[in-house]
Amino acid sequence: MNRFQKLFKTKNSPVLSVYFTAGFPKIHDTAEIIRQLSDSGIDMIEIGIPFSDPMADGPVIQHSSQIALNNGMTLPLLFEQLKDIRKITDIPLVLMGYLNPVLQYGFEAFCTKAAETGIDGLIIPDLPMREYLNEFQGIVQKSGLENILLITPETSEDRIRRIDANSHSFIYMVSTASTTGAKKDFGEDTVAYFKRVKEMNLINPVLTGFGVSNRKTFETACQYSRGAITGSVFIRCLQQTSDISKAVKLLLETLHS
Amino acid sequence: MHTTFHVDSDGYYGPYGGAFIPEILHKNVEELGACYLNIMNSPDFQDEYQELLRDYVGRPSPLYYARRLSERVGAKVYLKREDLNHTGAHKINNSIGQVLLARRMGKTRIIAETGAGQHGVATATVCALLDMPCFVFMGETDIARQYLNVQKMEMLGATVVPVTCGNKTLKDATNEAIRDWCCNPSDTFYVIGSTIGPHPYPDMVARLQSVISEEIKKQLLSKEGRDYPDYLFACVGGGSNAAGTYYHYLENDKVKFVSAEAAGLGLESGQSAATIHLGREGVIHGCRTLIIQTPDGQIEEPYSISAGLDYPGIGPLHAYLAKTGRARVEAITDQEAVEAAFALTRLEGIVPALESSHALGALMKFRFNPEDIVVVTVSGRGDKDMPAYIEQFPTFLKR
Repeated sequence: MNRFQKLFKTKNSPVLSVYFTAGFPKIHDTAEIIRQLSDSGIDMIEIGIPFSDPMADGPVIQHSSQIALNNGMTLPLLFEQLKDIRKITDIPLVLMGYLNPVLQYGFEAFCTKAAETGIDGLIIPDLPMREYLNEFQGIVQKSGLENILLITPETSEDRIRRIDANSHSFIYMVSTASTTGAKKDFGEDTVAYFKRVKEMNLINPVLTGFGVSNRKTFETACQYSRGAITGSVFIRCLQQTSDISKAVKLLLETLHS
Repeated sequence: MHTTFHVDSDGYYGPYGGAFIPEILHKNVEELGACYLNIMNSPDFQDEYQELLRDYVGRPSPLYYARRLSERVGAKVYLKREDLNHTGAHKINNSIGQVLLARRMGKTRIIAETGAGQHGVATATVCALLDMPCFVFMGETDIARQYLNVQKMEMLGATVVPVTCGNKTLKDATNEAIRDWCCNPSDTFYVIGSTIGPHPYPDMVARLQSVISEEIKKQLLSKEGRDYPDYLFACVGGGSNAAGTYYHYLENDKVKFVSAEAAGLGLESGQSAATIHLGREGVIHGCRTLIIQTPDGQIEEPYSISAGLDYPGIGPLHAYLAKTGRARVEAITDQEAVEAAFALTRLEGIVPALESSHALGALMKFRFNPEDIVVVTVSGRGDKDMPAYIEQFPTFLKR
């Protein structure tokens, strides 16, 4: 059983996964952010690999990525920062980033290194299912990592089933047709789509992301799926205070009040 | 060993191409891939498209025998005059086709990216003609540099959306257009300006520009008694005018292709846009191709005096033509391009766009046999580049 399966098997209340951009706000914050999130009871962490051209991200994550790159973040440095991470936490850790930096590192070398480091899964938003299955699935499986695929309001039922069949961790349900970033509320269409997916009774648990930024959106997400993923809102907390433990508290207050 | 230089059923040219897009765009791009050929080949589409190319754009564009230029380079040189098209460049061939396609797919909103503004102006023009709302994404740096084109687009009724992320140029405008598309996948059609982006865009744009080589064939036949030249010269940024120039000759080995990319201040200067010379394989804007990037895979900002050639990637077709040796790729510096522009102006009375001047720069450097028949595509006219040319007056007008 992988760490994802263990988490979803043992946890009955909603799961909360938090994204942050590695190298933001300061270059060497990575391990400390993971420690603070893990200590505060966050269930899963997505470590963002910064990229110069993040085409699926809104302004908040674009900005954090640019700062991280200006700070000098690279994949080799990130792996160096993560080398003792399993002494700090036992929750599932996911690397999330665009395909190009991973290809330049070497896709296979990247997977091997990530698995060695204790990473559990990958999210590559510009690696769609067909390209993944044709070219990369064998490499990912050999490394022991899990590749996490996304579904959106535009994804057909048939395609959702195929994504489900090719997943062994969880499914990342993108809430709306949008880039990452805050929404005050999920509209009727969004809730109808959440229901539709819920009623499909997928094999894999579903987590909802994109736009989860306050109590209302967090609760709606948890009502129709196993939990929520939040990113931009945490980046904004990190912008407000350089004290990471305060930023984590601020995040939890934002989602629960 | 290759069998074809045309796109395969998965959207690849050899190792290049594909559709590396976020899941939210999957349905959209899949639908387009499933219907673009049917629509583009339908008589109804062809009638409307051909009529607009003829009566609105002014096609066929002349194939002009450049006598004095021929004497200078020592071969028989013809110029394919895309600069004489409505809006002043080849870009409109593509914009008309894509907007007609969008309308037939039931899309109600058009978005486009633009660097120097030529593709933006062409798309805004077609949207005015066909009464479609049009949003053009343009980096703030480019807006400042090309303000006349911004005003032209606004006069045409388009909304120019300033892009403030990254370096605020073409690459960032493309990112922002893709983000808009992610937010409006059901009603919006993204009119990409070059042979780049996810499949089927590179093939679709190449087909819409293929009218260039279709006409060259006919025109050469009547002028030379054979329908092919020995050499075709074209500039490549994303690669759309070159794709159109080569299209009907891709499988004709008698025709040699020379692609001119922008070397900027020189290949080793760190200020270059010569993607095929300097790029490594990677993924940008939905497509696997050669990219100017750092060792860590961050996309670098290219430089060229020509705003239409400073894209950090290259169309996957051109990456493949270069890899297989089908096309010879010349890196032409700012200096060489400007010299070629002044030469053409004085020899033939034609002020070319800076982009086209790179193709002419490659021509001037080439050694021919006197009987060689050469066609150079003059992709656009130089009006927009007058400020850059005026800066060079002290050097070139002193005689």
